[in-house]
Amino acid sequence: MLLELNGLSKRFGPVEVLSDVDLAIDAGEVCALVGDNGAGKSTLVKCVAGIHGIDGGAISVDGEARTISGPRDAAALGIEVVYQDLALCDNLDVVENLFLGREKVHGLILDEDSMEQLAAETLSSLAVRTIRNLRQPVASLSGGQRQTVAIAKAVLWNSRLVILDEPTAALGVAQTRQVLELIRRLADQGLAVLYISHNLNDVFAVADRIAALYLGRMAAVLDAADATQSQVVELITSGRSGSLGLGADTNGART
Amino acid sequence: MSTQVETRPEAGTEPGAVRAVADHLRGYWAEVRSGEVGALPAVAGIIALCVFFGISQPVFLSVGNLANLFGQGAAVACIAMGLVFVLVIGEIDLSAGFASGVCAAVMAVILTNWGMPWPLAIGAAIATGVVIGLLLGTLVVKLGIPSFVVTLAAFLAFQGIVLMILEEGSNITIHNETVKAVAGGNLERWQGWTLLVLTIAAYAALQLNRWRRRVARSLVHEPLAVVAARILALAALLTATVFLLNLERSANPQIISLTGVPVVVALLGAFFAIWTFVLHRTRFGRHLYAVGGNAEAAVRAGVNVDRVRIAAFVICSGMAAIGGIVAASRAASVDPNTGGSNVLLLSVGAAVIGGASLFGGKGTVRAALLGGAVVAIINNGMGLMGLSAGVRFGVTGAVLLLAAGVDAMSRGRGKLFGRH
Repeated sequence: MLLELNGLSKRFGPVEVLSDVDLAIDAGEVCALVGDNGAGKSTLVKCVAGIHGIDGGAISVDGEARTISGPRDAAALGIEVVYQDLALCDNLDVVENLFLGREKVHGLILDEDSMEQLAAETLSSLAVRTIRNLRQPVASLSGGQRQTVAIAKAVLWNSRLVILDEPTAALGVAQTRQVLELIRRLADQGLAVLYISHNLNDVFAVADRIAALYLGRMAAVLDAADATQSQVVELITSGRSGSLGLGADTNGART
Repeated sequence: MSTQVETRPEAGTEPGAVRAVADHLRGYWAEVRSGEVGALPAVAGIIALCVFFGISQPVFLSVGNLANLFGQGAAVACIAMGLVFVLVIGEIDLSAGFASGVCAAVMAVILTNWGMPWPLAIGAAIATGVVIGLLLGTLVVKLGIPSFVVTLAAFLAFQGIVLMILEEGSNITIHNETVKAVAGGNLERWQGWTLLVLTIAAYAALQLNRWRRRVARSLVHEPLAVVAARILALAALLTATVFLLNLERSANPQIISLTGVPVVVALLGAFFAIWTFVLHRTRFGRHLYAVGGNAEAAVRAGVNVDRVRIAAFVICSGMAAIGGIVAASRAASVDPNTGGSNVLLLSVGAAVIGGASLFGGKGTVRAALLGGAVVAIINNGMGLMGLSAGVRFGVTGAVLLLAAGVDAMSRGRGKLFGRH
């Protein structure tokens, strides 16, 4: 397994936001992470990305236990996150945003030409045709273009696991389809994708597996091919569905 | 497919070249319309002010007054260059004026009272500025006190420290000729010409080399004609300036001859080159803009935001020290008012008038110089017109408000028209 979470827990003061969460993601698959507001999806992402430390459990990459204590650690392990609020600098241009924090330099001097060339190559490898001028400030881009820049930023670094936090939430129909195609293409190129979404249509369109969080606990992880939308809705809203979900071990005999 | 604006292979032929230049100008105009006004308001302001004062007070356009302008504006321009760094990360330093006073006082005491050599005195002044910046930056970054409050406190405290260093407000005269030459000296004629040639050659080499590299990699590039026009424009402007400053500007040339480029012009030019390089060509500069644009994004990208922010305060106070040295050199003395009264406000005004944004994320060293020129011209011209200090303050305040208004409006325009 590329990434494995075992018994992960996270507290903010007295509030336990994540408790005993298990999840495993393999290369080449899209794993969707679903859950209601406050279920702990974003916290889970931030723990894996090294923004939050964890209070219990273990994170392993390639079967090896790792401590991720910052974004640089995560990046070194090939983990990249595209946040819901995109984390782009409006005042910087497309190239500058793509390389932020990992600028290419010749000695002291920024190597703008190499960065611009690499940016153009990455965008064309992702079949992006919507961004024409790589030197325009990100502030002047549309929502879909900004999302594209954010995703390109994540795959620019030979990353192995890309985590996408609600990438289609603010997009129109056509742009959503483009982003979903992009997500599928990432997995087909051998990357692992953890895809967080509220929209079950999008989830079923692109995911191989679906992990449902309920109040900070992992209710169930299903194969998308075997699951139905109503099952997933029940897992999201009540943490259980038939024999699946939290407490199913004790009450499972019912069915 | 192409992710680039098309670059025409036939750009060398006549109609293609003309079209490329026209496209470039249209692109620039679109940027201006979307709120990226850059240096335009400041340049327009300088031209308008020069025309106005030139007509109402012909002496304003004399060579002597031109040299005078540089001397009058230099200290404020130095402080403004440093302030740009703090403004870019979205903070403010209200203590920069009195920080320059403290540093100047340190220099004066070491130089005059202790009789130590000038390199030591100047070094101590700059070191004082660096320490002040470290202190301010640490308080803002590590303790999380808003920079407005920290530097307001420092503004009051430094005023007191100047008084203490100067032993309750006495005035220290500076006798050292080297230090006095910083703001009062002139280069030899041939030195001015040499500097001019070197500057133009360096600028042309950088521009042409960059153009050639981008063409070789078939990246988006400006038409060669635009690059050439920019080099020629700069060359013409600088040559005219050096030519004028090399003319005799003494009222009685038989008694004392006064010619040459003021030393302070070379000093400003050097700092302009250094800080422009740092802001636009280094990783640190890129991170400064990132922190000002979206600090959260910078953190997530792994930028050491705390270090970048503290460094910005260090540069600001360090440049304040330079400003203090220039002011002390010009006055040939340090008194409790050095760096006081309106120095800070004029410096902040200079940076904002030039195009730095009080909202962070935007600003260049060029902005500080252009804005500094506007402020110096207003003060100089209105002084020549014999207007009272009261009127001068009023007009400078109005210009600052106008510049801040342009800044706020250009942000609004960027939001309204930029996104689609």
